[in-house]
Amino acid sequence: MFLESIKMSWKNIVNNKMRSFLTVLGVLIGVAAIIALISIVQGVTENITTQVMDMGANKVTIQAMGTPLKEGLTLNDMERIEAVENIKGVAPTITGMSAISANGVVVEDVIVYGKNEVHFSNSDDLLKSGRSINSLDVTGKTKVALIGSNLSKTLFENETPIGKEITVNGATVTVIGILEASSGFAAGSTDDGLVMPYTTVMRTMGTGYIKSLDVYLRDEGLSDQTTSEIEGILNTAFNNNSDGYKVTNMQNILDTVEEMTGTMSMMLTGIAGISLIVGGIGIMNMMLVTVTERTSEIGLRKALGAEPKTIQWQFILEALFLAMFGGVLGLVLGVLLAVVAAQVMGIPLILTGSSVLLAIGFSAIIGLVFGYAPAKKASQLNPIDALRSA
Amino acid sequence: MEAKKMEQSILSMKGIDKTYQMGEEAQRVLKHVDLEVASGEFIAILGPSGSGKSTLMNLIGCLDTPTEGSYQLNGALIETLDESEMAAIRNREIGFVFQQFQLLPRLSALENVELPLIYSGLPEKERRTLATEMLTKVGLQDKLKNRPNQLSGGQQQRVAIARALVTQPTIILADEPTGALDQKTGHQIMELFEDLHAEGKTIVMITHDENIAKHSSRVVRILDGVLIDQNEQMGR
Repeated sequence: MFLESIKMSWKNIVNNKMRSFLTVLGVLIGVAAIIALISIVQGVTENITTQVMDMGANKVTIQAMGTPLKEGLTLNDMERIEAVENIKGVAPTITGMSAISANGVVVEDVIVYGKNEVHFSNSDDLLKSGRSINSLDVTGKTKVALIGSNLSKTLFENETPIGKEITVNGATVTVIGILEASSGFAAGSTDDGLVMPYTTVMRTMGTGYIKSLDVYLRDEGLSDQTTSEIEGILNTAFNNNSDGYKVTNMQNILDTVEEMTGTMSMMLTGIAGISLIVGGIGIMNMMLVTVTERTSEIGLRKALGAEPKTIQWQFILEALFLAMFGGVLGLVLGVLLAVVAAQVMGIPLILTGSSVLLAIGFSAIIGLVFGYAPAKKASQLNPIDALRSA
Repeated sequence: MEAKKMEQSILSMKGIDKTYQMGEEAQRVLKHVDLEVASGEFIAILGPSGSGKSTLMNLIGCLDTPTEGSYQLNGALIETLDESEMAAIRNREIGFVFQQFQLLPRLSALENVELPLIYSGLPEKERRTLATEMLTKVGLQDKLKNRPNQLSGGQQQRVAIARALVTQPTIILADEPTGALDQKTGHQIMELFEDLHAEGKTIVMITHDENIAKHSSRVVRILDGVLIDQNEQMGR
């Protein structure tokens, strides 16, 4: 009997192909939108997460703007931070500005960055050729420099600068390497500048304060805890003036990104869900029309011995098939959209089984919910009235 | 003959009243109707429109329940049944033949005849066999695949009769079976009913037409909701 109901429902849908297709369009669009949107949002999230991870998830960045009494961090402050248990290493940045001369060429206003070996050991692709700054350079305050690619061209044209001497703020400094051209994403491009051991910069340029400090962690999982320890130290260093410093924790950024995309995903799915409900109303409308059109058929079936629940099942199944049909077509369209979007937006294509199940399951529920009322109406038709309406 | 029929009564109505509530006004359509139909009888219920004959047919067909009185069909007390039990009775005990044939337009003749067997829960193969058998019986063995719109009115009514017969019901209940047919075709349909009667089928026919009623073995007249002239025997 149930099998017969399925056959009858199916036959009726097939007999009204065009109408059935138009009816399921709402559900189709809804499901396609959900599948595509979830995929796109997940792709974008993945993309952002990868970029943030590239910047270093195990990194905490300290910006020391300083207070009127203290312009930045001192070496002592840095040592105190370095002593925190979870910290693998700290990489300070000191910046100064100086005229640089070599080869008889003088370049004014070159930014000189003071860095240490930790900076180089924690980031790849910083060095194009030559050697980088090591710990001996830092402790020995050696007069060596890594040169930015643009600056190198200005000073030495196509000659290799390695081993050559340049004058920085009156001091003679040996070039030991060339810096890789920056990708443009990270702030503070060194292409036009010079990188030297920070201790050397402090001495030759007379700068006493560290304005920026990258802290590398042993265990990323403890980053929140370590961040608050660092904040404690900074608070002491700046005399409880929290305007003097800013601590940025990559994990926090990542959490924020995930929270944002999560909210966006929920919102977009919600909007797509509304179109699914609209689609469901379309199905209900079509089913009500069908029931009215087939009043005499329903009456006849009842006269021939169909029980109310048999009639009800027949119509519920019809609505369910319609919705599922829309769901499957929507799934296909949604996947296509996701593939195209991934190509166009340059994001990874992410299709999860759960979003597929969600879409199909949701359309089935739509069919059942919106098919119920018309089916109930059909099952309650009085066979006498129904037959007479023929 | 008469005595024998009465003892084999398979349809028995006693004191049937049917009142419709039309707003504040109550309309008593059937007034204390008693009706006995014996197995193998061909009975015509004859009455003008508005006489209550359609209401009576609905009650006999278990499509409606009486306001008062008792109705027994093949041993079952109809007024005690719920909706799905009524559906089962309609399926097993009654074969409907309607004035407008009531065939489903998208189904073939064969599928139309199979329809009541679906609700009996018969498997497809048996349905097909029985339906083919019945269509052969009404002379439509070469029209099995035809849809109703590919059949003449008379052929459509034959399909409907085959559908009424296919469940081997206790009674055939025909409501103006010739009402939508021309005279000649109507006559052929009545001959088919007579043949079925000769085979021993029990037939209850509702009509307003004296000439059609003549084909039956007994005519019961209904006027203003009252059954009269129960024993009139028409010559045939």
